[in-house]
Order: sequence, then C-alpha cells, then structure tokens
Amino acid sequence: MRTFLSRHHADPTANTIAQALGWFSIGLGALEILAPRKMARTFGMPRSRGVLAGYGVREIASGVGLLWAKDRRPWIWSRVGGDALDVATLAAGMGPSNPRRGTTGLAMAMVLGVAALDIFCAARLSAAPGRAAPVRDYSARSGWPRGAAAARGSARDFATPRDMRAPPGLRHLNGGEQPG
Amino acid sequence: MRALCYHGKQDIRCDTVPDPRIEDPRDAIIKVTSCAICGSDLHLYDGFMPGMENGDIMGHEFMGEVMEVGRDNTRLKVGDRVVVPFTIICGECEQCRRGNYSVCERSNRNASVAAKVFGHATAGLFGYTHLTGGYPGGQAEYVRVPYADASAVKVPSTLTDEQVLFLGDIFPTGWQAAVACDIEPSDTVAIWGCGPVGQFAIRAAIMLGAKQVVAIDNVPERLVMAKAAGATVIDFDQESVVERLNELTGGKGPEKCIDAVGLESHATRSVDALYDRAKQAVMMETDRPHVLREIMYVCRPAGTISVPGVYGGLVDKIPFGAFMNKGLTMRTGQTHVNRWTDDLLRRIEEGQIDPSFVITHRASLEEGPALYKTFRDKQDGCVKVVLRP
Repeated sequence: MRTFLSRHHADPTANTIAQALGWFSIGLGALEILAPRKMARTFGMPRSRGVLAGYGVREIASGVGLLWAKDRRPWIWSRVGGDALDVATLAAGMGPSNPRRGTTGLAMAMVLGVAALDIFCAARLSAAPGRAAPVRDYSARSGWPRGAAAARGSARDFATPRDMRAPPGLRHLNGGEQPG
Repeated sequence: MRALCYHGKQDIRCDTVPDPRIEDPRDAIIKVTSCAICGSDLHLYDGFMPGMENGDIMGHEFMGEVMEVGRDNTRLKVGDRVVVPFTIICGECEQCRRGNYSVCERSNRNASVAAKVFGHATAGLFGYTHLTGGYPGGQAEYVRVPYADASAVKVPSTLTDEQVLFLGDIFPTGWQAAVACDIEPSDTVAIWGCGPVGQFAIRAAIMLGAKQVVAIDNVPERLVMAKAAGATVIDFDQESVVERLNELTGGKGPEKCIDAVGLESHATRSVDALYDRAKQAVMMETDRPHVLREIMYVCRPAGTISVPGVYGGLVDKIPFGAFMNKGLTMRTGQTHVNRWTDDLLRRIEEGQIDPSFVITHRASLEEGPALYKTFRDKQDGCVKVVLRP
C-alpha cells in the first residue's frame, strides 16, 4: 500500500479555483465545438472556425483533466499554454481590416483576465507541496482505554436485535449456521 | 441567549436570540454545557438540505444541565445532567414502542410537509430543517427539549462532558451502522468515510468482533485515526478501492459495507463523480451517490450494506442490477438513539471505549461559524469540533 501520510494538493483555495476553471473550460469548449461558425463571425474572423473547434477540444481536455486528475498541475499549465494560443489567435484578428475588432478586443481582455487566474492557480498548485499543512499525528487516538487487544470483540456480549440480523444465507457463507 | 443561526448557504452567525421557554408539560429547558458540530450539519451549511429558514438555530448534538421542567415531566428534575439525543421521541407511539425511535409518529410537528416529501413523516429532529419539525437546535446557550421525559439520557457526574456528549448522535449512529451489519467473527467490514461517524463505526465493528475492518478516505489525519483503532486503511486518492478490497478478501469482496459518507461524496478520478457534479450543478440530482455505487459493486454476494450517511433527495445511476442479482441487503435510516444509549453508556463507564478520542477542536460558541468552514474544508486536521457555550 502506498503512503497516506502526505497531503496532496493541500491548498484548498487553489483547488477550488482549479475546479471552477475545469468547469469553465468544459463549458467554453462545448460552445466552441457546437457553435464555431457563430463565434468566428462574432469576432470578425470567419475563416477561423476550424481553429475554434480545435480549441474547443483542447478546452474540454483541459477541463476534464482538471476535474479528474489526481495531480492537477499539468492540466492547469495546459490551460496557461492554451491561453497563449488564444491571445495569439485573437491578436491576429485585431488588425484594421477586421470590422469587429472592438469585440475581438473585448474577448482579448477576457482571455487575459482568465489567463491571469490560470497563472495564479498554476503557481499556487505548483507550490502546494511546500505550502501543505503538516499532517497532525492522531496515531495515539485509538479510543481504547484498555488497549487494542482488549477492545477487539469486547462487545461480543451484545445480542443483535432480531430486526437487524443478517439473512441466514450470509451466515452459511461464513461457515456459521445453515440457512433454515 | 447566544446561538449559532442559519442565514443561508455557508452563512452561520452567532446571534442573540430569545431564550426558550416551556411550551408543553413534558418539556425541559436545558442549559447547554457542551455541543458539537456534526457532519450532517455540513449538509445544511452547504445548502444541500431543503427546508432551512433564515434565523434557524443549528445543532443537534448537545448536553447540559436541566434548568426547568414542565409539570408533567416527573422523570427529570432541575440540576440533572443529561445528554439529549438528536431524534425527538414521544416514547409512546407505535414506532417508539417498537424501538424505531427515528420514525416517531408524533414528534414531527411539520408532519404534513414531511409526508409530502418522503411519503410519510419521520421523527422531529433538533436544528435540522422544517421538514423535521423546525425545532431550534443545540448550538446555543439554552434549548427547549420536547418530550424530555422520554428522550433525555441522564449521565453520571463521574464521566466528563467529552466522554458522554457523543451519546446524543455520532456514537450510537456509528454503533447502529455496525449493529445493522450483524457482524460475525469471520466478517470483513469495509467502511467508507473516516469522519466522526465513520470513526465510531470502525470502533463499533472492532468491538463487535469483526475479523477485519477496512477504512476508506483520503484525508491523512482521518486515516491515521482509523489506523490507530486497528483498521486497515485505503487512501482512495492513492489506490483503487475495489482492487484493494478484493485483494484483502481473497477476491470475494467484503461481507459488510458501511456508507458513512452520504450525499456529498468527494470522489476524484471517477467518471460517475464528474457526472454527479454536473447533474447537481444543473439541479437534476440532489445527492452524489458515488459511494453507494461503489459499495453495491464491491460488496460480496449475499452481503449487507448499512447506510448511516445522510441522503436528502434524489440519486441517479444506482446499479440496482448488481444489488438485486447479488442478493444484497440494505439497512439505513436515522439513528434510533435511545435504543442504544444505556448499553453504550455502560461500555463507556466500563472503559471499553472513550469517545473523546475523536475531538480535535475545542472552541467557544462565538468561534463556531469559523469552525464550520474549518470542519467542512477538513483543514487543520479537523475531525470533530466541540463548542462550549
């Protein structure tokens, strides 16, 4: 058995943010996959719909990773990398030829805001082993004043009430009394 | 008086509220000397249980000194030291006479509302929604105890508050969970959740003579506390629960399984846990039953499942085919506290167990709101909080 005496991702704030970002990622990814044409038009970049659909897949992968993985760090850093791609894509669409560059600029501001949150979260999670609270030692908290050996079976005098007895089949399985 | 009051999701405040008074001849007024935050209080704190109202006094695990008794209450007298079970019981109805105290037919004063939700009403509970009567709870300086002549448990002065406080809920709850498994000397008992109820279920299973007790959680302190009692532990973040349980039982699975987690399962790395989170977020499911699913899957055929963990509403994707085809038995319900208290009090007095092992945090009532968060987030090694009003 592996050790359980260490605490994983002990920074609850970072974990809460990571979880929220995971759901956000899945939601945004679903939108990009389901409506890439509409989104591309909104940003005045109609030829980018294939790229947006691809980014949708990336977002969903990051989201599922953030929600599922035991170690969330690679997945939050994957979001930071994705943010860089988003910024580059939007920057390419902010030229004077884009009649909707105002909307694109707004999207850029939102991406930068989320990127800042991603970087904050990634930094916190990456620092988690260092900031993990020490595990309190409860190894003396047995609850047995007379010791573990005396405790084992100390209540065998207890008669299970009739309404809480196990079905006879189970007793047979255990080598006890035969079913009636 | 001062009391911890509910003001919405994750908003508990220490308020000044009117003192309670005798309303019925069987009542008693208790001056609370110790009370605790229970894991099931966290379901209220997180907004998972319907029926809470602004200003409701929290808490259902408390004890204290009798300050006043109603004229028909001949069993208690002023000055008695009592533990108050969280289930309010009349002691006279058909269910109480059968020992099914948690489904007392008379104590829920909002029975018609409860019946609409559950089909039939269950017992009144202290500080636990208006579905169970809307009774003010015990995280307060004083409490009115209805039917106090039937429910309050007198405790001797030779034992400390910390030794007997948990007779009101988590000790008998863990005990009943194990008793409902009808443990035999050859049994492996697997217990999901090493919170306070899980800790007592572990100890009850050991006392009742199980061959092997396996405890499952992912919080290091709680696993250490489980191991201290003599349990084999599984950290579900580190290894597969199903594989490990099969390994520990020669591939057959545990005969007896206890769900001491309930509706807020925090499984990681499982598809069904993500599914539950998503459905809960869009209000298509109230409870997250990952543990129940895992138990039904891993339990040995003809085995028994005991569910002390609280569920509040609707669950989805329950593998009922496994449950039916394996011929499993399930026992559940709120705890019939008064059915067990005399016996458990005797065991504490004899030194078989000292329930105070579980207390990790002691504080004043005013510090209660902050400790709700600490307990909910499992921070600072928090397993059990005791407050002294």
